[in-house]
Amino acid sequence: MAEPAATKRERPERTEPPGRSEHRERGSVEDAVIATRGLTKRYRGGQLAVDGLDLTVPAGSVFGFLGPNGSGKTTTIRMLMGLIEPTSGTARVLGRPMPREARAVLPGVGALIEGPALYGFLSGRDNLLRYDAADPGADPRTRRERVAEALDRVGLSAAAGKKAKAYSLGMKQRLGLAAALLQPRHLLVLDEPTNGLDPQGMREIRTLVRELASDGTTVFLSSHLLDEIEQVCTHAAVMAQGRLITQGPVADLSAGARGRLVVTTPDVADAARVLKEQGAGDVVVAEDRVTAEPPDRDLADVNTALVTAGVRVRGFAVERASLEDAFVALTGEGFDVAG
Amino acid sequence: MSRAETRRPVRTPSPLWTFGLLRSELSITFRRWRTLALLGVLAAVPVLVGVAVKIETSDGSSFGGGGGGGEGPAFISQISNNGLFLVFTALAATLPFFLPMAVGVVAGDAIAGEASAGTLRYLLVAPAGRTRLLLTKYATVIAFCLAATLVVAVSALVVGALLFPVGDLITISGTRIGYAEGLGRAFLIALVVAASLVGVAALGLFVSTLTGSGIAAMATTVGLLITVQILDQIPQLDALQPYFFSHYWLSFADLMREPVYWDDLTRNLGLQALYAAVFGSAAWARFSAKDITA
Ligand SMILES: Nc1ncnc2c1ncn2[C@@H]1O[C@H](COP(=O)(O)OP(=O)(O)OP(=O)(O)O)[C@@H](O)[C@H]1O
Ligand SMILES: [Mg+2]
Repeated sequence: MAEPAATKRERPERTEPPGRSEHRERGSVEDAVIATRGLTKRYRGGQLAVDGLDLTVPAGSVFGFLGPNGSGKTTTIRMLMGLIEPTSGTARVLGRPMPREARAVLPGVGALIEGPALYGFLSGRDNLLRYDAADPGADPRTRRERVAEALDRVGLSAAAGKKAKAYSLGMKQRLGLAAALLQPRHLLVLDEPTNGLDPQGMREIRTLVRELASDGTTVFLSSHLLDEIEQVCTHAAVMAQGRLITQGPVADLSAGARGRLVVTTPDVADAARVLKEQGAGDVVVAEDRVTAEPPDRDLADVNTALVTAGVRVRGFAVERASLEDAFVALTGEGFDVAG
Repeated sequence: MSRAETRRPVRTPSPLWTFGLLRSELSITFRRWRTLALLGVLAAVPVLVGVAVKIETSDGSSFGGGGGGGEGPAFISQISNNGLFLVFTALAATLPFFLPMAVGVVAGDAIAGEASAGTLRYLLVAPAGRTRLLLTKYATVIAFCLAATLVVAVSALVVGALLFPVGDLITISGTRIGYAEGLGRAFLIALVVAASLVGVAALGLFVSTLTGSGIAAMATTVGLLITVQILDQIPQLDALQPYFFSHYWLSFADLMREPVYWDDLTRNLGLQALYAAVFGSAAWARFSAKDITA
């Protein structure tokens, strides 16, 4: 699988990453940047952290990897990056098997895994110089220049000379991101990148992600913040208790959950009664609002029924389902940590 | 990204780039406050010994009366005649504990320290390569062994020259050699002492791959060092003792014989090579298969 990615990597004159625009909409297994089959990890303690994962991340996508705390997101990312050995199953990244071909794959991948980790006794700049020196394929002649560029990109140029132990959480997070951006990458794996960032920082990260994606970099973004995924991602996958619940384009996922009918009225009791008579399910009353699952009939008739019954309707709308609704619809439960 | 790519065409990596990690490793090791503190303590030992001998012998008497027992400290009674003996004395005084302890701290922290800071995972995804990283770490620890020994030797040489007369010296066998040759022997001895630490370095590196805590790895390595030193003193264990990494350490004094007595020196170097091979392979086997979860 993913032969195109492999052949492109062997043709140096072609500098663009594998499978960009022309493939972007297809998202088939052939041009997947990440493809796992039955990927499973059982930790030594016996904890089954990831269970038979079949994940396909199309080239050029911004892929949201969603799940509550402890659902196995970081464990999956560690397997993809060759840090831990899968108990069973296979993983291919940029068309090559991991962890076997890690030395060929990883130079094309920038990663932020479970928060940044820095040498506190080194300055921000020296941290990046060190990480860059760790890559035997990184040109030492352009090292300083690339480090300065990466610092600039995450807005840390002014604090570059400061010792990393004196950095705030958000600054550390930015420096971690800068380390992932030291080289042009085909794939960026970001495990909860907005953790610890201020709203401004979060917005900057979103802008950065969009910018990178428009340059053709595939971005794989784990998060438990649903609106974050909704704002930037083209695709998403949802994990719960180590298993993949669903994956696909974000639009399809939220379309899966039906929107809710929202009636704004001072006569909430009457409205609730009429809605039930009209066949609406799960009717919830809150102050001057009644929400319900829309019945299987023309909503114009429902509105007429309300007005006929003397309900003073201020607002009548169907609210678009959010990813959160989709998640609840899929799991039948809240976004809670499983034991 | 594509902007950067068009501006900077991808060059074929040169094999030399691989040493960038070693350079970085050496520079951060020797820039660390902890490393400098260890080297500072080691540099202070010859000063203390030199000053103590100077005070003791200021009335013109020779040091220690009956003379110290054991091969190493035998040099001490010669210091007041020739400052160069402070080099041998200081090395003999630091080799049993201070030097290997310093090496144990640096070696024990090598992998475990990166693991506990979480920086190990970023080095590995860089990708540093596990074997390359381990080799780099070992090379750096060896460099530290050499640096630590040279710090003791140079400090002793300077202090000895400042406090005591220098000139021709008498070997253990009673022959006289010139000061230049004496300096040569001192340098050779420093190299042998540094090589004597190669075994502890490998042991420390192996311990370092076993745990995710830098402190635990350092403590274990230093603990093992002390245990072996104690066991080496128990007569009932004499069948085992030739396999203890510290057993032939003080054989470096044989370089001060005329002619040089090589048997124990070669046994020492062979034993160090054996430790390096065994624990180096064990460290590699462990580290290359290890799950990095920290
Ligand atoms: N080193 C480890 N040893 C044993 N179990 C582990 C280890 N790391 C994680 N686990 C377990 O594996 C499961 C998945 O953890 P993981 O870190 O992958 O979750 P996550 O989805 O990244 O969570 P979060 O959103 O909190 O980051 C959890 O139940 C956790 O307790
Ligand atoms: Mg996580």
